[in-house]
Amino acid sequence: MRSGQDLELVHVTKRYGGTVAVRDVSHVFANGSYVCLLGPSGCGKSTTLRMIAGHESISEGSIVLDGHDVSRLEPARRGTAMMFQSYALFPHLSVRDNVAFSLRMKGVDKAARHRAADEMLELVDMTHLAERLPAQLSGGQQQRVALARALVTKPRVLLLDEPLSALDPFLRIRVRGELKRLQRELGITFIHVTHGQDEALALADEVVVMNDAVIEQAGTAREVFAAPRTEFVARFMGGHNVMDLDGTRFALRADDVRLDEAGLPAVVRGVEYQGAHVAVTAMAGAQEVLALVPEARFFENPKNPGDAVGLSWDASRLHRLTA
Amino acid sequence: MQILKNRHVAGWLQAAPLTLVLAAFLVLPIATIVTVSFWQATEFSIIPAFSLENYRFLFGSSVTGRVFLATFRYAFLTWALTLAIGFTVAYYLAFHVRSQSWQIALFLLCTIPFWTSNIIRMISWIPFLGRNGIANQMLISWGVVDEPVEWLLYSDFSVILAFVHLYTLFMVVPIFNTMMRIDRSLVEAAYDNGASGWQTLIHVILPLCKPGIMIGTIFVVTLVMGDFITVRFMSGSQRANVGRLISNDISLLQYPSAAATAVVLLCTVLLTIAILLRFVDIRKEL
Repeated sequence: MRSGQDLELVHVTKRYGGTVAVRDVSHVFANGSYVCLLGPSGCGKSTTLRMIAGHESISEGSIVLDGHDVSRLEPARRGTAMMFQSYALFPHLSVRDNVAFSLRMKGVDKAARHRAADEMLELVDMTHLAERLPAQLSGGQQQRVALARALVTKPRVLLLDEPLSALDPFLRIRVRGELKRLQRELGITFIHVTHGQDEALALADEVVVMNDAVIEQAGTAREVFAAPRTEFVARFMGGHNVMDLDGTRFALRADDVRLDEAGLPAVVRGVEYQGAHVAVTAMAGAQEVLALVPEARFFENPKNPGDAVGLSWDASRLHRLTA
Repeated sequence: MQILKNRHVAGWLQAAPLTLVLAAFLVLPIATIVTVSFWQATEFSIIPAFSLENYRFLFGSSVTGRVFLATFRYAFLTWALTLAIGFTVAYYLAFHVRSQSWQIALFLLCTIPFWTSNIIRMISWIPFLGRNGIANQMLISWGVVDEPVEWLLYSDFSVILAFVHLYTLFMVVPIFNTMMRIDRSLVEAAYDNGASGWQTLIHVILPLCKPGIMIGTIFVVTLVMGDFITVRFMSGSQRANVGRLISNDISLLQYPSAAATAVVLLCTVLLTIAILLRFVDIRKEL
């Protein structure tokens, strides 16, 4: 899968005084893939993105794109473009002028830069609002303008810093579909920072889970969700039980836990109806176990808090954790 | 007590204190000045009868035009210099000083000269700029000039220098205030889009500072247009502006004539501000 056009981090470290924000991270971002950097706040994912963009200097290591070390280049010369969390649209410029800003800085004449900007606005379906000021747009529209502004520089890698966090939940799902479609059409690498695992699972060709300044696990969305390597990943991705059996730690998907008469005896603590599933929390001794039971199955034999149940699962579904 | 419950009455009562204050201390004095400006005066008496004589004289005299022009020139030069210095200082404080405590400390440092009175700050230039003052002694000892420079004091130079010294802070404060509100990610976004530091300044920061610049401009322009004491002290009474015209009339007890000049000055300043406000919307700053 490696090609000469990949983006590669080579032993990248970022220190702020005595604290380490990113510790010796090495990773290859395959060309043309949609990558999500996932992790809790303060894990170093945003810093990593900003180092790739060139808005943060790197303390050690290098960043390689297209076979060139870009770690000392200015942001605009790296072949990357960044879409900011708050979109950072220039409030005094119209939508068209915002998109055309980078071309204006390069000294492209007005007609040519407006043509290029209109092309980008068409790509994000914003042509009809080209004369508006950013303050006159909704959050979703601003997001599209920010996207067009980043894409007008024809970047090789688009960096998105929590692009959906300012949108309401319904819009978020629609916009993430648009992002994915756009990435597929353009065929460039998208690196998308998020702390939402559902967002990462829905979008990413590759999910990179970060914690405590290092990459905890990287792989396809399915790999990371189905085979978490560490307890942190299992807990952060959600939908997993981390169980201590005979001194070894295992991850067990909540939807693999069945409620039977036999099996591990436990007491129901909570029942939560979630539509397709019912989430049953049960205590087996000191161990809390979450079971996601298909709705129909649950209501064949409904349980209430305080009821005794047996928990069972196929031993083959236990997934051993390394840490 | 029932009447107080009526929301119209309550509203009027709440607005009344400010209305009374403004009526007594703003509307009434201006109305008086306007009225008096249509009166006449001799050396020993004031004639309270309507007459346009003051205005006829004012608009008929070539002195008025020259003095107004000089006043505008002072205002413009002071404005240009305070803007250049004020913007630079504010930019340094807002964008180059990273820690907030240092920003506050340096900002307070800028205000220290304001702990003494205008007059003292003005007069302290005199021994510095005088014929045998510190500046001239220094220039001679460095060999820059052979004999004392005459235009340092009691000239337009010293007047404008004093104005700039007195009023630059009025430019710094509003511009600094606007700059602090600029989202730092905009600067990063400009940088990401390939703008150089200079281009970011011209295309992003300067346009976003316009409201602050406008507020500072209004302060400086109104202060300079209405001033008479700085011009008198720093020009050694050799230069005139509208303020001095008024103060001369007052010292000669020509109140109606002074009032007429004041009315014309007031209208001129209001007109200037109205024109300035056409360019920039400062409402979002208030």
